[in-house]
Amino acid sequence: MKNAFRLNSIGAAAVRILFAAVAAFPIVFMLVSSLKPDQQIFGDMSSVAAFLPIGNISLDNYTAVFDRVPAARFLINSVGVSAVTVVLGIFVNSLCAFALSRMQVRGKKVVFTAILATLIVPFQTLALPLVWWVNQLPYFELNGFSLEISKGWLDTYQVQIIPFIANAFSIYLYHQYFESIPKELDEAARIDGAGWFKIYRQVVMPLAGPATATVAILTFLPAWNSYLWPLMVVQSEELRPVMIGIQYFFQLNVSWGEVMAYASLITVPVVVLFIAFQRSFINSIASSGVKG
Amino acid sequence: MTTTQLPSRRPAVPAPGGTTPAAARRKRPRHLREQLSGWGMIAPAAVLLLAFVFLPAILGFGLAFTNARLISPRPVEFVGMDNFARLFTDPTFWRALLNVSYFAVVVVPVQSGLALAMALLINKKFRGVNFFRTVYFLPVVTSMVVVSLLWLFMYRKDGLINELLSTFSFGLIPGADWLNDPATAMPAIIALSIWQAAGFHMIIWLAGLQSISGELYEAAQLDGASRWHQFRYVTWPGLKHTRTLVLVTITIQALGLFDQVSVMTQGGPLDSTTTIIYEAVRSGFKQQETSYASAISLVFFVLVLLISAVQRYLTREKD
Repeated sequence: MKNAFRLNSIGAAAVRILFAAVAAFPIVFMLVSSLKPDQQIFGDMSSVAAFLPIGNISLDNYTAVFDRVPAARFLINSVGVSAVTVVLGIFVNSLCAFALSRMQVRGKKVVFTAILATLIVPFQTLALPLVWWVNQLPYFELNGFSLEISKGWLDTYQVQIIPFIANAFSIYLYHQYFESIPKELDEAARIDGAGWFKIYRQVVMPLAGPATATVAILTFLPAWNSYLWPLMVVQSEELRPVMIGIQYFFQLNVSWGEVMAYASLITVPVVVLFIAFQRSFINSIASSGVKG
Repeated sequence: MTTTQLPSRRPAVPAPGGTTPAAARRKRPRHLREQLSGWGMIAPAAVLLLAFVFLPAILGFGLAFTNARLISPRPVEFVGMDNFARLFTDPTFWRALLNVSYFAVVVVPVQSGLALAMALLINKKFRGVNFFRTVYFLPVVTSMVVVSLLWLFMYRKDGLINELLSTFSFGLIPGADWLNDPATAMPAIIALSIWQAAGFHMIIWLAGLQSISGELYEAAQLDGASRWHQFRYVTWPGLKHTRTLVLVTITIQALGLFDQVSVMTQGGPLDSTTTIIYEAVRSGFKQQETSYASAISLVFFVLVLLISAVQRYLTREKD
């Protein structure tokens, strides 16, 4: 009995390690290759050296990347766009979920159903009419003391942000989480004379930390990774996000070391951020977030 | 009005610090204010979703029956079913439908199965559980565009995949030119797609696993149930809701295949990897035929709707 148990756990450990190796090997290969000259990448391919930072290691590929692509500008743009989307997304979606979950609002069932219905519309099918539509929207600009109104959002920062703030999945996650917070807390706060917004800000949101961590990551990832949308609506180099930089490598005689360096450059910040938040993220999703 | 719902929502729990009738008296004057603040809080998200999801969806629906182009001097005209007639006689569209079905038929069971296996492996706490959870999730935080570029490099004839295959099979498996051969291009894309996305569905499975009470397993162990019987009679029934969620999300994601194709093969070789969304973007964006692209999107949308409805029907609660 005991031996069988030990055998079982050794087997499980072996499978775990096998899965981890499969999950990690392309990423390790990418990071390691970004430090090697092309010739050595291909030379190392047939041995374990492909996964080890040995031989002629340098940051030359990274310097070359900054010469070829305005990488610093792209990084700043992506950080800005993603951060604003995440902050506004957390606020707007949690506020909506709060009212839907904890307040007596007429017609909220219909609204919630309509919001959840947007989950089945893949973004790619909306992208084309959306391009046409954002080009009709007015755009206000404060120029000195006069407010200028122009038409069309193409080639701006807000076209990369505003359509992605409200998100049905975030509202759903917050809603699920809010349902698990006792409603007696609201009742008590109301008797103390608190308004609804105060209850939202000072009672419910401080308790919803794990949901916020989850929503933050799930908003940040698509914002950072967006590719199709900026490709369609942002032409100016100084406004473009990191993923578009990949286009600069779609050409002949590409140096794969440089490609891997750029790929690492735009992946590592996300990985670091994820590792920093992963405990609260995975645990919150696993313990309360998504339940069919 | 809604006050009548209150007793049924919270039966017999008097408001803390007050008796029930007193609370009811206090509720009446704030009733309208609650409606107003409630709608005020819903409004920002609702307006944004209306403007950037519902409206473009309706717009796309309308454009599908016109001859609109992205930039065109001619006025937009209503053309009835012309776009659909053209679509259903286009062999590329049928090829795209076939490719996407092939992709979905393989990806849905394999990816959900692997994701469940991964979730089971890291469900219980053990030393290093966070390490494995993080590593399994790493591909998910990597952008699909980066992943596609990386695998494009690994799938080369002299690339890492061929080298690994030949090493582990001691040279028995000859290398393939994965993405340039119509027979292997789609399987190659399937493999990398599962690699990238399985971690996400692992998390959803994990959520379902964590919601199953530990007492059920203890009871099963007392009854002498084997590992397999515990899985079969405790875990599997406990994952009923999660199953539907995983099934529906993987299917929608599979049918929407786009990024990988766009970066790696552009639909080729010989249309063997083109997809419905790729065709929509190609005709709408590259060829500027907004109306034709809208028609493709509409067909796709109806397809997704039908399939998720069928799946929901098949996995409905049978009692």
